[in-house]
Amino acid sequence: MRRNFWLRIGIVAAVIVGSLIYLYPPPFVQPLLYGPAPAGKGGLLPRTINLGLDLQGGIHLVLGIDLDKALEAQVERAATSVRAALERRGVGVKRIERRGSTELVVELASAQTWSTAQTAVAELATFEVKEADQAAARFVLAMSPREVAQLKDLAVRQGLETIRNRVDQFGVAEPSIQQQGDNRILIQLPGVQDPERAKALIGKTALLEFKLIDEKVDPERAVREGVPEGDELLHQRRVDRETRQERKIPYVVQKKTLLTGADLSTARVSIDQNTSEPYVSVEFNAAGAKAFGELTEANVGRRLAILLDGNVHSAPVIRERIPSGQAQITGGFTSEEATDLAIVLRAGALPAPVQVLEERTVGPSLGADSIQRGVWSTLAAGVVVVLFMLVYYRLSGLIADLALGLNLLILLAAMAAFQATLTLPGIAGIVLTIGMAVDTNILIFERIREELRAGKTVRAAIDAGFARAFKTVIDTHVTVLVSGLILFQFGTGPVKGFAVSLMIGIAASLFTAVFFTRLVFDLIYMGSRKHASLSI
Amino acid sequence: MIQLFRNPNYNFIGRRRWAYLLSIAFILLGLGSMALKGGLRYGIDFSGGTLIQVRFEKPVAVERIRTALEDIKLGESVIQEFGDPREFILRLPSQNASVEQVTAQVQGALAKVPSLGRPEIRRVEFVGPQVGRDLQLQAIYAVLVSMAGILIYIAFRFDVKGGVASVAAIIHDVLVCLGAMSLTNREMSLPVLAALLTIIGYSVNDTIVAYDRVRENRGKGARRGEPFAQQINRAINETLSRTVLTALTVFFSTAVLYLFGGKVLEDLAFVLTVGVVTGTYSTIYIAGALIVEWTEWVEGKLRRPKKVVAKA
Repeated sequence: MRRNFWLRIGIVAAVIVGSLIYLYPPPFVQPLLYGPAPAGKGGLLPRTINLGLDLQGGIHLVLGIDLDKALEAQVERAATSVRAALERRGVGVKRIERRGSTELVVELASAQTWSTAQTAVAELATFEVKEADQAAARFVLAMSPREVAQLKDLAVRQGLETIRNRVDQFGVAEPSIQQQGDNRILIQLPGVQDPERAKALIGKTALLEFKLIDEKVDPERAVREGVPEGDELLHQRRVDRETRQERKIPYVVQKKTLLTGADLSTARVSIDQNTSEPYVSVEFNAAGAKAFGELTEANVGRRLAILLDGNVHSAPVIRERIPSGQAQITGGFTSEEATDLAIVLRAGALPAPVQVLEERTVGPSLGADSIQRGVWSTLAAGVVVVLFMLVYYRLSGLIADLALGLNLLILLAAMAAFQATLTLPGIAGIVLTIGMAVDTNILIFERIREELRAGKTVRAAIDAGFARAFKTVIDTHVTVLVSGLILFQFGTGPVKGFAVSLMIGIAASLFTAVFFTRLVFDLIYMGSRKHASLSI
Repeated sequence: MIQLFRNPNYNFIGRRRWAYLLSIAFILLGLGSMALKGGLRYGIDFSGGTLIQVRFEKPVAVERIRTALEDIKLGESVIQEFGDPREFILRLPSQNASVEQVTAQVQGALAKVPSLGRPEIRRVEFVGPQVGRDLQLQAIYAVLVSMAGILIYIAFRFDVKGGVASVAAIIHDVLVCLGAMSLTNREMSLPVLAALLTIIGYSVNDTIVAYDRVRENRGKGARRGEPFAQQINRAINETLSRTVLTALTVFFSTAVLYLFGGKVLEDLAFVLTVGVVTGTYSTIYIAGALIVEWTEWVEGKLRRPKKVVAKA
């Protein structure tokens, strides 16, 4: 037994030193543990503790990607290749239309090419024939479930990637962007002061499209009487600077998309020399530049509508062929709007529109208040429990109090080491841990008292107390951990923080309330045989 | 040596019928309150909607805020003082406009009334109806999975009877907590759910300790032939000081949190505090008593003529 003392003391010392290093890293270990030291001052809590949004202020956003829309876009695109596949075999296609989000209705020019058409579509890997009506020369293709699943997955990953790019370019310290569930993206931006701008930047689909204006139709008339087939009615929104009123100018454009933002190589803000208004200049990649050159060449004199998310931004007249692959997007931007537009265009479009499902913004002053209250109640709870243990168990209570202090030290250090996030409910979890951590000691002490009453010697009572209580201690820990784990699985943000601090605290109490307390007891009472009484 | 109980020998199990009455009465009271108030009140986490926390420079009457907000017509909004006469929570039903627009509208309307002083928007939360619905389902799921986990663990460590009795005690505790929330007009929110799940894990602790003792006493073979009711009663008495002491330290912590933790944590701390009390009580009177009922019922069936009477 005695030989083990040094090993056990060593373990406890190592844990204490390790915890302190993780909490307050000396300058030379800082880069190894956490990377470069963050700027700014430490508050009531060590700087190594990651604070949740509810404590430091910031935005918590959950966006839902409209996966049906993403599928629709894919199916629309696939329609072109289905048509091409059919026409390659000499099958005349009368019409291909999307039905729902995953189906294409194909109508052939004549029923005579039916069997050729069927062989052609049988070769399509991504579609299956769902309904067939030979007499009407009409069949329905449905996207295979595997393809649907793959596309959905791709859309979410692309969305994550795009949003990550945008946030990186926006410049937020330590953002967190994660997938949540099937089609949700959780974005946490600590310390961001302008939620409106951040949200507009993140949530914008940023689908840039180039379409031709149908000059044959008068837009005003189209508003009243509807548009011809193959055209659509879109609007330009203009906000008057002085009156802040929005005007909607109608445009009739051809449905066919000639070019999209996917072919861009870069986008940046420039200032118009004459009007000193900012605009965004975009540059196409090689393929895009070629397509843009051809498009401008074929349509000199017509107007080209530049659309962003279905809104007309501008509709300049094509004066001549533009071979350089450069275009300008104007539209009365403020310089902030122009900067953000350039960012979203560079970062790429989202695969589908997103919807804000949940948004929580906490101002920095509330966060600071919460920290203060949290720290004070932790201290108050600590003082009450420490005094109680001291009065009720005397020297043994003091040992339990030391164990409690060690528990809190380990708890905070573990949070720093795992880069776990401390939230306001997380602080509540710490306060609760203070109450629960001494549970284990109470269990053991009551047991030792019982053994003493049964007439055992001090040493025997300590041995028996620890041994007998141990099984119960494990049981009680397991049940709290079970509910903690479920809470962690279930919870988001702040609630997860509660589960984390509770679980770490409970796990640490196994070490502090059993291992550490036992060591101190042994050091005091095992050293010699002269102890006839136990201060408990 | 300070001792809370010196060789306690209370007849807990013998008086269990009174406890049943007390529990049923309280749970009915809680359920009645919920029924009268049209169910439990859900916070925006579960019901969806927009919440805005505003702080004014000086104390303001709720009515003044209500009048100021009338102009912008945001529908049935709830305005509550939040821990400080200068601080308020505005809860608005779902709007068509974006959160920022609504916030700007509210801020504009409040700023128009000079006597209100400069309002500071400290927190804005928006939860869409879809998220709220998902969370409700997940919450129920989480509670059920926790209970199942504990049922399995206790059944594995002790026996099925113990597992079922523990879960009955947990359901009792959850109902008492929900009832207490309804009686004090508190809202079901995510932190409150966290508190409930914690209580689920915590309240079985005492039960485990008592069962452990029953088993240990049996192992010692002492007092063979002692009726089961007495075995349980003795185990409860022997572990009584531990049960009460640990409940006390946790109670101190949660009470401190309730008193000083601030308004945001108040509901969470309230549920934890109620849960600790009812959790301790249910160890004795629900988990312990039910296992006695069950055992006696089984024994009664086996040896019908020789009825075991629970008298300690």
